[in-house]
Amino acid sequence: MSIEILDPVAEVEESAPSRRRLRKLGWVGWVSIAVIVVALLLALFGPLLAPFDPNSSDLSFSNVGPYGSHLLGFDGQGRDVLSRLMVGARTTIFGAAFVAIVSITIGSFLAIVTAWFGGKIDAGVSVGIDVLFAFPGILLAVLAAAVFGPSLFSAALALSLAYSPYVARVLRGAALKERAMTYIAALEVQGFGAWRLCVRHLLPNISSLIVAQGTILFGFAMVDLAAISFLGLGVQTPQADWGVMVSDGKSSLLQGYPLVSISAVLCIVAVVAAVSFLGDRLDASSKDVNR
Amino acid sequence: MLAFLGKRMAMLIATLLVASFAIYGALYLAPGSPIAALTGGRSVPPEVLKQLEDRYHLNDPFLVRYWDWLTSALHGDLGESIPLHEQVSTLIGQRIGVTIQLVMFTAAIIIIVGVGLGIVGALGRGGVDGGVLLVSTVSAALPAFAAAVILQFLFGVVLGWFPVLGTGDGFVDQLRHLTLPALALAATSVALVTRVTRTAVREELDKEHVQTAISRGLPWREVVRRHVLRNAAIPITTVVGITIASLIALAAIVETAFGLNGLGAYLVQAAQNKDFATVQGISLVLVFAFVITNVVIDVAYAILDPRVTLGSRAQ
Repeated sequence: MSIEILDPVAEVEESAPSRRRLRKLGWVGWVSIAVIVVALLLALFGPLLAPFDPNSSDLSFSNVGPYGSHLLGFDGQGRDVLSRLMVGARTTIFGAAFVAIVSITIGSFLAIVTAWFGGKIDAGVSVGIDVLFAFPGILLAVLAAAVFGPSLFSAALALSLAYSPYVARVLRGAALKERAMTYIAALEVQGFGAWRLCVRHLLPNISSLIVAQGTILFGFAMVDLAAISFLGLGVQTPQADWGVMVSDGKSSLLQGYPLVSISAVLCIVAVVAAVSFLGDRLDASSKDVNR
Repeated sequence: MLAFLGKRMAMLIATLLVASFAIYGALYLAPGSPIAALTGGRSVPPEVLKQLEDRYHLNDPFLVRYWDWLTSALHGDLGESIPLHEQVSTLIGQRIGVTIQLVMFTAAIIIIVGVGLGIVGALGRGGVDGGVLLVSTVSAALPAFAAAVILQFLFGVVLGWFPVLGTGDGFVDQLRHLTLPALALAATSVALVTRVTRTAVREELDKEHVQTAISRGLPWREVVRRHVLRNAAIPITTVVGITIASLIALAAIVETAFGLNGLGAYLVQAAQNKDFATVQGISLVLVFAFVITNVVIDVAYAILDPRVTLGSRAQ
């Protein structure tokens, strides 16, 4: 046993994955990273970078195409489309990040608690999870909008609640496997407390899986939040947001001027595709590492 | 099998009870009084107030009201929509048909196109497979509302082949009106089903029993039908079932996008108008449909794979 642990080949194998992961990315991976970096920069600095005021409207420019320094033209209310896209990145990206972080936190907590204590706690939480599974995310968001009034916050809260059981279920398996390992038993025998073991040892050892799940959830959250804003139950017009822009641009689109809706759709699709590509990669490599 | 069904049914009833409690409780806690909605914010004499409170049982304790709501819901009475002055069950009845048609149409597309493409991709190597992968990658990245907008523009505005709004009259016309919504709703699911099918069939093709069947000289069609597809059917059924169940809630998005008069679009409107009775009623119907579909999947799964004893789904 000890020989196996000290084996230098195994040590090299342990430290290599991060570098191998980078090399395996390929050009699609690098493009994905570039898309995400641009989206993050826009989310942080969009309002500073936007060339025009995203909310100043001039109806005489309604549905006018690219014109001078207005690179993407104007929407139905004569607002600059490019500026609205740049400013709208914030609610879209931060909203999705909020959902991913909250649901990962709740889900990891539930997963570790159930895996650690097992028995009645595990059974009780499992029943709760089964009930939450009966509510599709969109339905929870509609309910939240009815109760708290439509806003980005109520939509994000509802989605966090809807995603948590999925996270808990995926991570519970990994946590159970880790719980059964000899090092945990060894540390327990030495008298280390459950809290310290979970936070210092168990959690770090399933962290690659947690990061992968978080990335995948971020993509789902972006799509669902945009859909909820599209329905009018999330971010409210006239605030700039990609999901809102898709629905704002719909009447122009039906009149034959698609630029507003389609450019917002393309932004969402590009970021979601990039995130889900990287998420799948991280997920695959986290499973390689754990094997 | 009977024990399995019994346990599944007990779980189903328990889930529905808790879910109905959550739906009713959440909206009960919502701020804003129904009296204000009834009177339109005007001040009314106390006797009218009393009358309204009695009529809508506003003064009963919460648990009594929940119990009344649940028992009358079981009799098909979901209460009255306060803004519309109409029975919620009537309103649901007028709209549920469109949603059922839409979900069934979409399910048919998912099964035929998704499973079909997956099998074609797995069996035909090279260029065919590459094409299938391309189609599934593109459609995987298209959420329903994005697909809706793009389809409306391409096939509605530019080509003019399909209507972009409304439900239509008569069967053929309705089908034409539902084609783009169903395609938009199917896009992501088709990609998922194609991928799972392709992987499942590939895995089966590489297995020894299939190689044995081929080397025994069985006709290729026979091998594919009886040895490959039959075993691959288990993961495929699971993923098809899960995606179809998810359509029940997602239908709201395309119904709104295409101006269809369905349950989902109506739920969204009701949530915006704070029409709580309607939100409760439709949510209950949707959760019910969702949970029942999941039970049907579990049972189908148990029938297809005799090794499964108690509802533990694959993955």
